[in-house]
Amino acid sequence: MKLTDDETAIAAGRDGEGAAVALRLVADSGRLLGADALVPVASAHIDGCLYHGDSGTEFAEFLVAKGARVTVPATLNVGALDLLRPGNVRLAGGRREMALRLMRAYEALGCRSTWTCAPYQAGHRPALGSDVAWGESNAVVFCNSVLGARTNRYGDFLDIACAIAGRAPHYGLHLLANRRATVRVDTSGISEALKRKEAFWPVLGAWLGRTVGEDVAVIDGLAAYATEDRLKALGAAAASTGAVALFHVAGVTPEAPTAESILADRHATIALTPDAVRDARKLLSTAGGDAVDAVAVGSPHFSLDEILSLDALLAGRRVRVPIYLNTSRHVLGKLERAGRLAALTEAGVVPIVDTCVVVTPILPAGGGVLMTNSGKFAFYAPGNTGYAVQFGSLADCVESAVAGRLVRDEAGWQ
Amino acid sequence: MSQTLFPGDAEGEVLVLAAPLSFWGGVSWETGAIINARHPQLGEVVSGKILVVPEPVGSSSSSAVLLELIRAGRAPAAIVLGRPDAILVVACLVAKEMGWAAPPVLVVPGCGDAQAGRGRVAEGRVAYRPA
Repeated sequence: MKLTDDETAIAAGRDGEGAAVALRLVADSGRLLGADALVPVASAHIDGCLYHGDSGTEFAEFLVAKGARVTVPATLNVGALDLLRPGNVRLAGGRREMALRLMRAYEALGCRSTWTCAPYQAGHRPALGSDVAWGESNAVVFCNSVLGARTNRYGDFLDIACAIAGRAPHYGLHLLANRRATVRVDTSGISEALKRKEAFWPVLGAWLGRTVGEDVAVIDGLAAYATEDRLKALGAAAASTGAVALFHVAGVTPEAPTAESILADRHATIALTPDAVRDARKLLSTAGGDAVDAVAVGSPHFSLDEILSLDALLAGRRVRVPIYLNTSRHVLGKLERAGRLAALTEAGVVPIVDTCVVVTPILPAGGGVLMTNSGKFAFYAPGNTGYAVQFGSLADCVESAVAGRLVRDEAGWQ
Repeated sequence: MSQTLFPGDAEGEVLVLAAPLSFWGGVSWETGAIINARHPQLGEVVSGKILVVPEPVGSSSSSAVLLELIRAGRAPAAIVLGRPDAILVVACLVAKEMGWAAPPVLVVPGCGDAQAGRGRVAEGRVAYRPA
């Protein structure tokens, strides 16, 4: 690891102790990871603002007290509180206070109060080929894959350290050679009807993460079906079941005009089979029977298009079990300006912003069955909320919420 | 063969993860217990163990879970990774800046072959003693 004279001076305290701590964290991590140098970054997305115990608050306040400030534009991931509708979150007493102090400390470091796991839906879209330092596994995979900006999976703390230092370790996905696909996924055995289904994409992601781990894959045969929201769902699921930080979709994502153009010389080919899709879909549900106690959508945070689809599927009907709509204050503001928010809440949709139902206590205590169309929610909800999960399409989620029991269209999946 | 990502010595019971596990969503930051309902070792506790992680996966919030376990004295005694992964090591680096004692982290390719029993990490190497 070669630090520049400037970086050595910062690490020694030239720009204050806060900047020094940040630079040391970035440089030490880089050294461990085999980086040869630090690379300037254009922006950061910070995942450390979600409360998981007092240590995170203590670290953020430690940085504030040492005079640290971010030196590049930095958006904030979800916190543990809905700051616009505080009553949504049941976090109590000291924890609530520490969760709020944590969020305020990150604001005091100069980060933008975006409070979303989908900063790319709130205008944070770095340029193709630029180096950035992002945290939050779905944001990382979207940033690399869909935007073509370059980041590693910067965990909590390293993300804010990079934002303060304005630099990241030069290794991994910052290097073009590591962005080439070592796995080719052949989807020619999958029907067009399945590829057209919105729920195919998180299932594909769940399979991909479990199959490739951290390897970079290029998926062939999806060009006619991909949308930004589908790529978002694919990436979020793949980054939950595996450590996927980058995937390519041939003819769709910016670094893969064709599969051949991004494949590494040495690569494996895996054929996706209908059986594998069926198994991956099955694994996303943990509940039996037809009970559904709540529905949650929006992991990653729902886009305006996804909310409008939900609105259209509801078609003015009221739900028997609540639909928790997790989104950003940015997107909810757009929905409100479009005049659709009031009708949705009257129908029984519960908007949640700045946070989500899987990271903080929002769902009614006592557990039950949560239905979702999100591969990421399906993966994390049982451990984080105690709820068992039923996975289905957005239409299945809406029909189940209206009926108050599981309604799932099995056509096309057999 | 082994590489030290965060230095230190440790001793403890060996816990080899039988399936990939994200610390965030997979390990309770309050108790150190495995809480991922789909994980074959659901309910086992990572605290005080020589935790062998053949394939590090999952959420980038895992460093926060580990930092909280470190602060509360409930971290694994040592972490042995099958390949380098920044997410857990960062928690150890932050702990060092905060003045909290953090577990050693090693990379040992092929570490999934480790047997249950006792383990000892010293001088950048891990040695196992079968039960």
